[in-house]
Parts: sequence; C-alpha cells; structure tokens
Amino acid sequence: MPLPSFSLATADGSLHHFPTGRHALLCFVKEDCPTCVLSMPLIQAAAEAFGESIDIWCIGQDAEGNARLAATFALAAPMLDDSSLHVSYRYDLDTVPTIILADAIGDELDRFIGFGRSDWQALFQRLITVTLSPAPVIDWSRYPESRPGCGSKSVEPGIAERLEAEMEGSPIRARRIDVGESDDIFEFMFEQGLTDGLPVVPPTPERVVRMLTGTKRDPQEVVGIVPPNLAPVTVEKIAINAVMAGCKPEYLPVVLAAIEAITTEQFNMHGVLATTLFPTPVIIVNGPIRDRIGMNYRMNVLGQGNRANATIGRAVQLVVRNVGGGRPGEVDRAALGQPGKYTFCFPEFEERSNWESLHVERGFERTDSTVTVYAGGAPNGIIDQLSRGAESLATSYGLALATSGHPKQYGHGEIVVVIPPEHVDTFAKDGWTKDQVRARIQEVTARPARELIRDEFCAEGITLQQAERIGLDTLVPKFRDPKNITFVVAGGEAGKFAAYLGGWVSGPMGSQMTTVKIRE
Amino acid sequence: MTTILDPTDERVPVRRSLTARPESVTGVVGLLNISKPRGDILIGQLEARLRERLPAVEFRNYAKPTFTKPAPLDLRQRIAEECGFVIEALAD
Repeated sequence: MPLPSFSLATADGSLHHFPTGRHALLCFVKEDCPTCVLSMPLIQAAAEAFGESIDIWCIGQDAEGNARLAATFALAAPMLDDSSLHVSYRYDLDTVPTIILADAIGDELDRFIGFGRSDWQALFQRLITVTLSPAPVIDWSRYPESRPGCGSKSVEPGIAERLEAEMEGSPIRARRIDVGESDDIFEFMFEQGLTDGLPVVPPTPERVVRMLTGTKRDPQEVVGIVPPNLAPVTVEKIAINAVMAGCKPEYLPVVLAAIEAITTEQFNMHGVLATTLFPTPVIIVNGPIRDRIGMNYRMNVLGQGNRANATIGRAVQLVVRNVGGGRPGEVDRAALGQPGKYTFCFPEFEERSNWESLHVERGFERTDSTVTVYAGGAPNGIIDQLSRGAESLATSYGLALATSGHPKQYGHGEIVVVIPPEHVDTFAKDGWTKDQVRARIQEVTARPARELIRDEFCAEGITLQQAERIGLDTLVPKFRDPKNITFVVAGGEAGKFAAYLGGWVSGPMGSQMTTVKIRE
Repeated sequence: MTTILDPTDERVPVRRSLTARPESVTGVVGLLNISKPRGDILIGQLEARLRERLPAVEFRNYAKPTFTKPAPLDLRQRIAEECGFVIEALAD
C-alpha cells in the first residue's frame, strides 16, 4: 500500500508534492530533539551524495525550529514545513526522527526511527545501489551506535485530538463557532445562552474528539429526540454538552443512556420540563460502572464533590437546554424549580443493601450497568434516630411521606426514598422485605376519605362528591399503588436520616420511571 | 482564535408572520381546554360572554387528553379543519 500523498511547502513557499516520480527519502525531524540534531549531518551528506538522482526532504514539525535547523546545517535538502502536523499525523508518527525511503510511486521501501548507526549505513548502501552514485565519506566513528528518538509533536497531549478533528473523515460534524481573540471564551458562552448559569468547559474540537473515545457508538448515531424542540440528538452533540459539563470520556456512556431514557415517550421529558411544578430527571446509576468511573454512593451522596455524579447530571441538563431548547422562563415553566435542575445524579450503594438493587428489581442482571431516570423533586429529609425495629421505622417513613406535596393530597403516583445504611440495618435486623416496608407505608398513610375533603380550615383536598363516591369512611392510602414506592440505598455509614424525592404526575398521563442499560 | 463546536441543534429559528387579522369574527370558533383543573369553568364563562356578543357565531368545544403533553396531531387537524378561529385557555 502506498504511503499517503501530500504537498508541503518550504519556508519560501515552493510546494513539494509526494510521491515524486522517483525515489524519495523523507526525514521527519524537530529542532528540539537531540537525536534529530545528531542525524542532520547524515541527512545533509545523503542530500549532497544522492540528491541529483533522488528526492531527499527534511520534514520539520515547527516553523521556527525548521529555519534554525536549515541555517545551522546549511542544509542542501529542502526543509518542508509540517508545523500543522497534518502529514506527521497521517504518517502515524510516534517518534522523530523517522526516516522513510519510498519508491517512485510512493511505496515504502524502508523505515527506521531514532538513530541507529547500522540503519544509516544500510540506508547509504541501498542508496548507492539505487543511484549508482559514489559513497560519501563519513566518519562513522563520530556517531554512537544508537540513540532513541523523541516524541513526535503530532502525539503530544491535546494535539492528536485536534489533528483527528481536523482530518478528513473526522467524527466531527457540528457547526464550528470561531470566538475572536478579544473575546473571553467563558463570557462568550454565557452571552450565547449556552450555560446553566455556571461556567462551562469550552467544547473545542480536540476535547470533543477525546470525549468521543469514551464510547464505541457512531458519533452520528441519533440517540433520541429531545423536547421541547423535538430535536434529534446525536452522540456527537451529547459529547459536546458532556465536555461543557466537565465530564470525563468514561462518563459518556452513562450520559448517553440517560438521554435515551429521558427521551422515551413514557418518561415524557416535555411534560417534566414544561410543568410549573418541581420535577427534573433524577438519574440513578446501578451496576459495575459505578466503581469503574469513580462515582460516590457513600457520604454526601446527594451533595456536591464527586466529579462523575456532578457532571453526568449536568450534561443531561445541558443537552435538554442546548439541543432541546428547554430553557427556564421559556418552555421550562417551573414556578420555583429546584437545585437538582443543575444536576441530580447518584449511584445506588448496592453492596450495602441486603435487598435486590434497583436495576435487578426492574428486570436487569446484577452485572448490567443501568441508568434509571425518575421525574423527582428535591430531597426532603426523614429523620428517625430512635427506631430500633423495622415496623417503627417504616411507620416513620409513612408519617413523613403522608405530607409529600400536601397532607391532604392523596392518590399520589411515584416516589423515591433514599435509604441510608443505618436504616438498612434496622430493616435487615427484622428481615423486612421492600414490600413489607411499602405495605406499612400504605397502612400508616391511609386516612378516611372524610378527612381529605376540602373545608373551611384548608381548601386543599378532594370534593365532598369525590369522598362520597369513595365512601366517607373508606381508608385511602397516600399512593395509588405500593409498587410506585421505590427504595434506593445510598449514603454514609453514620446517620439515621433518609430522604424522599417527591414525584410529579405519574403514570401514562405524566412521567414513568424508566431504566436503560448502559452500552459502552 | 478559539474554535468551539455548536452544542445546540443548529436550527435557525423560523420566523413566522402572524396571519392577517379579519375584520370580524364569523363562522366557527373553537374553544380548546387543555384539561387543567377549572379550565372548563374559564372556557364556559368565555363562551357565555362571547355568545352574547357574537350571536351568529358557532362555538365548538375541544379538550386535550392531558395538559402534560402537546395536543395530539389528530386533534390539531380536526380543529384546523372545523374552525376559523381557536381560543386556547387554561386555568389553575
């Protein structure tokens, strides 16, 4: 297979095209590499001895260094400028010097990297055979046997990703926005309305290319249709927003799965966004990926401080904002909103639970990694430090949950309770199952319909007619179905404090909890 | 110069001009209730007042199945076919 063709110019602008129609010796060098400097007299000697018959080119990796090298060695060979590094990148260089001998049509005949005296001697022998020129006089004793080369500039951190983004066949399709040098990039992004109110990481092409290494999925694959604008969102667009949120590439599969989940019909992101109520996607992560990407499911699990927890949730919010066009005051009509609308993502502390984890309960394998999205409100604390038995603790949960939304609003849909390890132990001591806790909550919250009627004391509640239809003395549980009560174990080892996340309109008319397997 | 990639859906907003306002209200007026609580009361009051002022006009009532989701396509099409005007209203 022939080497990639290219055209490069010397400092004075004269263009050189490869392949050349005759043998060519391509010598990739950079000035600040001592091994390149060591090799320069041999390149010069080759140019003087064989330059009539074959093309001998230096290809330098930075413009100023190229000029100094050419001047220092009074170079007879043209010094071609590859300071853009495009040719170095396409030649897949790791090391300079890299010396490549090619034939007339550009097929590679020989290649070596670094400095090897015997490599150069063999090369000279070959060039004598090819050109029938006399051997140049070289004092080989001045040269060491070998020297390792230096890293090619094209593989320096940050540069390889930029080069990949600039190449033909780049995974990048998004519109490029040039920000003038006089503009502060961070202020620019605020002014363009691209942030959630906090600064974002500028999504440069190289950062986005690096982010895309976090998934094997095609960058142009459409992951979902994001409301309210019903905009198709690709892996690439999600990667851009993940960069802005501060994600590492290994978080990307979680963000992708979360976007898949919130863009389902059953999750109904449009409604979750447009409501005047509190909900936002609460992202609960299960499975081995939690540890692999360093998520926090222990102390302060619902709080700040862990990059993965914080940035995955934020990336999802930025996708809804930037791709879907879901901005507060526009289609996001929340009266108060809540802090979780910046970010709300946490993993389950599966190892600390004696129950099935959330994802197993929802039909996945324990070894699967999943995200579960729930249209939830901000955490409300349930403080029970005194219960030493499961029944008392479940009673406390019921008393607290009865006030969710409003003490007289019943027939609620979904709710999530985050259970800390100390409460887990209390339930475990008595061997209570999740269903037993659910049943106790329903039992404790149940109130006769007559107590829920709207009255002069408090206008909230059900109408008299509704109460009569139910039966005035019929006990009404807080939640329509105990299955709607979801438990997730998380938090620090010390502290008998649970939290519930109030829901929104549940069921087919509203939003339903949705679990998606994470594809890596 | 820094180059960043556009994080949005890159759709240039389409500017739509308002339909020319007719001189008078004739034909059929649709009243669309989005199904929020007490929306029916507001729409009912509106209809009663408008009937007094516009005796020659026919009013038809429509409702979204739920306020939480956009109106289904068939409902939007039905309103477009049947009505010359539509008033969408909600209460809370």
